[in-house]
Amino acid sequence: MDQIGGDLRLVSLRKEFGDFVAVDDIDILIPKGSFFALLGPSGCGKTTTLRMVAGLELPTAGQILIGDHDIAPLKPYNRPVNTVFQSYALFPHLDIYENVAFGLRRRGIKDVSAQVDAMLSLVELDAFARRKPSQLSGGQQQRVALARALINRPEVLLLDEPLGALDLKLRRQMQLELKRIQTEVGITFVHVTHDQEEAMTMADTIAVMNQGKVEQLGSPMDLYENPRTTFVANFLGQSNLLTGEVVERGDFVGVKVWGNQIKIPASRVATSNSKVWVGVRPEKIYISAESNHAHDHLGNQLVGTVLERSYIGVSTQFIVEIPGFLDDEKIIVFEQNVDASEVMAGDRVRISWDPAHTFALDAKQDAYAGDVLAETE
Amino acid sequence: MTNKKWVPYLLLAPGALWLAIFFLTPMFNLGATSLYDPSGSLETGYVMNGHVGNYVDALSEYWPQFLRSFIFAAIATVLALVIAYPLAYAIALKSGKWKNILLVLVIAPFFTSFLLRTLAWTAILGDNSSFVHFLQNIHILPEGGRILATPFAVVMGLTYNFLPFMTLPLFTSLEKVDPRLIEAAGDLYSKPFTGFRRVVLPLSMPGVVAGTLLTFIPASGDYINAQLLGGIKNTTMIGNVIDRAFLERGAYPTAAALSFVLMAAIVILVATYVKRAGTEELV
Repeated sequence: MDQIGGDLRLVSLRKEFGDFVAVDDIDILIPKGSFFALLGPSGCGKTTTLRMVAGLELPTAGQILIGDHDIAPLKPYNRPVNTVFQSYALFPHLDIYENVAFGLRRRGIKDVSAQVDAMLSLVELDAFARRKPSQLSGGQQQRVALARALINRPEVLLLDEPLGALDLKLRRQMQLELKRIQTEVGITFVHVTHDQEEAMTMADTIAVMNQGKVEQLGSPMDLYENPRTTFVANFLGQSNLLTGEVVERGDFVGVKVWGNQIKIPASRVATSNSKVWVGVRPEKIYISAESNHAHDHLGNQLVGTVLERSYIGVSTQFIVEIPGFLDDEKIIVFEQNVDASEVMAGDRVRISWDPAHTFALDAKQDAYAGDVLAETE
Repeated sequence: MTNKKWVPYLLLAPGALWLAIFFLTPMFNLGATSLYDPSGSLETGYVMNGHVGNYVDALSEYWPQFLRSFIFAAIATVLALVIAYPLAYAIALKSGKWKNILLVLVIAPFFTSFLLRTLAWTAILGDNSSFVHFLQNIHILPEGGRILATPFAVVMGLTYNFLPFMTLPLFTSLEKVDPRLIEAAGDLYSKPFTGFRRVVLPLSMPGVVAGTLLTFIPASGDYINAQLLGGIKNTTMIGNVIDRAFLERGAYPTAAALSFVLMAAIVILVATYVKRAGTEELV
């Protein structure tokens, strides 16, 4: 098993449970040594994908390649893959030292002390070697789970919602810690999470999954700045999506939105359909009094009325109604609180943004796909 | 504020009273009986003369029955463990929606009396039963060979009767084992059997200890199985000796001394076992 090594590739990987297709022929390439995140809502197939790589679920079809070696037929104990389980699954009858040493001992390695000590100091738990897992805090248990997996120097380390059980502050701290450890050991990390912020903070590359398929794969910035589906646009951050119709094509695509002309760079139009959703992130929009023309140079502009203004601390959020737009196409604007805003609720305003911050998606897609708030309502 | 210090004592009172009347008093009585002059009888009455010789007589005369009881009980306990462990494992971890039905089946024998079920075995193992004929036909048992009235029949009866007492504690401790721990063991290079030995078995030890105690202790003192399934030779257990001494021979001092020796022996055996098993979680 030591000779297996290289990039992790999932080839037409599929998993069915009865009639339900949990993972629908996905193809993903995860370069060796990268920090990769599978991001999606619960039930999107991300955990099933992870469990297939670990060997805990058998694929219905497809291959799992590490380098050129298909590991799909191998039993979990024969794979150069280790897992940090959700809720850790530490062995309660063994102390921390023996938990960490478990994998080495099962592979018949006699002298484990140097490696165990090194691993415990990597996760800063040297002082806890002889404690039982139940005597540790959640964050400490999480680090034991990481050490127990990492000590085996797997080709791929799988992390199943590893920070889900921690409180917010500790989660932030562990995100940075995990990133540091990954950089230090250089092992491929595949991280499953439903938390977009967690994925964006840590991962080099993210695959956004929905209903068993990969919606979009790219760097966090790629996905956020240039979403290719409404699901990605809504699931990562927030987006304004407006009904538009393409009226001219060129380097810039001209789109009419309820009579207003909007420009979008051709590379940011994800569809050849002429009916589109015109998208723009709320923080990319400048808001000013109607009479203020300071942002006219940006290129895309609408005029409307502020319906609501709410002060959030770091920013102020505006909901702007544009005459002629549908009821549910109000535009949300986030303004950084540098100075006190000149705009109040009820004011007539001019909102402006750069065409380079605009994107267009196929209008056949559901405008609310991936919108966590809309779906729970 | 009223002083509520007496509340715990009030709550303890019914139990303490129960123990005092139904446990301590008979124990004291039994202890006194074991020291009576053995030459007395129920009709003529007993004289209390602190006759420690009752204990010496009990041990010197009946040590083979003591030894046999503990050997039978030990064999029955090991057999019950071997049968019950896979059963409890399957019910706890593999049975899915059948779990409750299977548990009811484990407990089902309790719906019929212990005595009746043991009597039923005399028919199954009887000399003219089809089971015995079958064993004779395939030459496992010689022509005219018996099962009833042999040590085998008694041990089998003990194993059968105490199996649920082994199964239930094992089930309880196995059910608490998180299946993800088994997955984690597999993920960390354990083949299925190694994963079982290193993770599941240690975690189920409290159930093993509880089950063996609940089987061994009553099996050591049992007399029904030996009486109904045993014969005249090599099957008499200490329970039968005590039973006869009390109810047939009216030898109360001897019977009481035997009872105390049995109790003491079980306490010593159990204490040694629990200490060796080293289950601090049990206490």
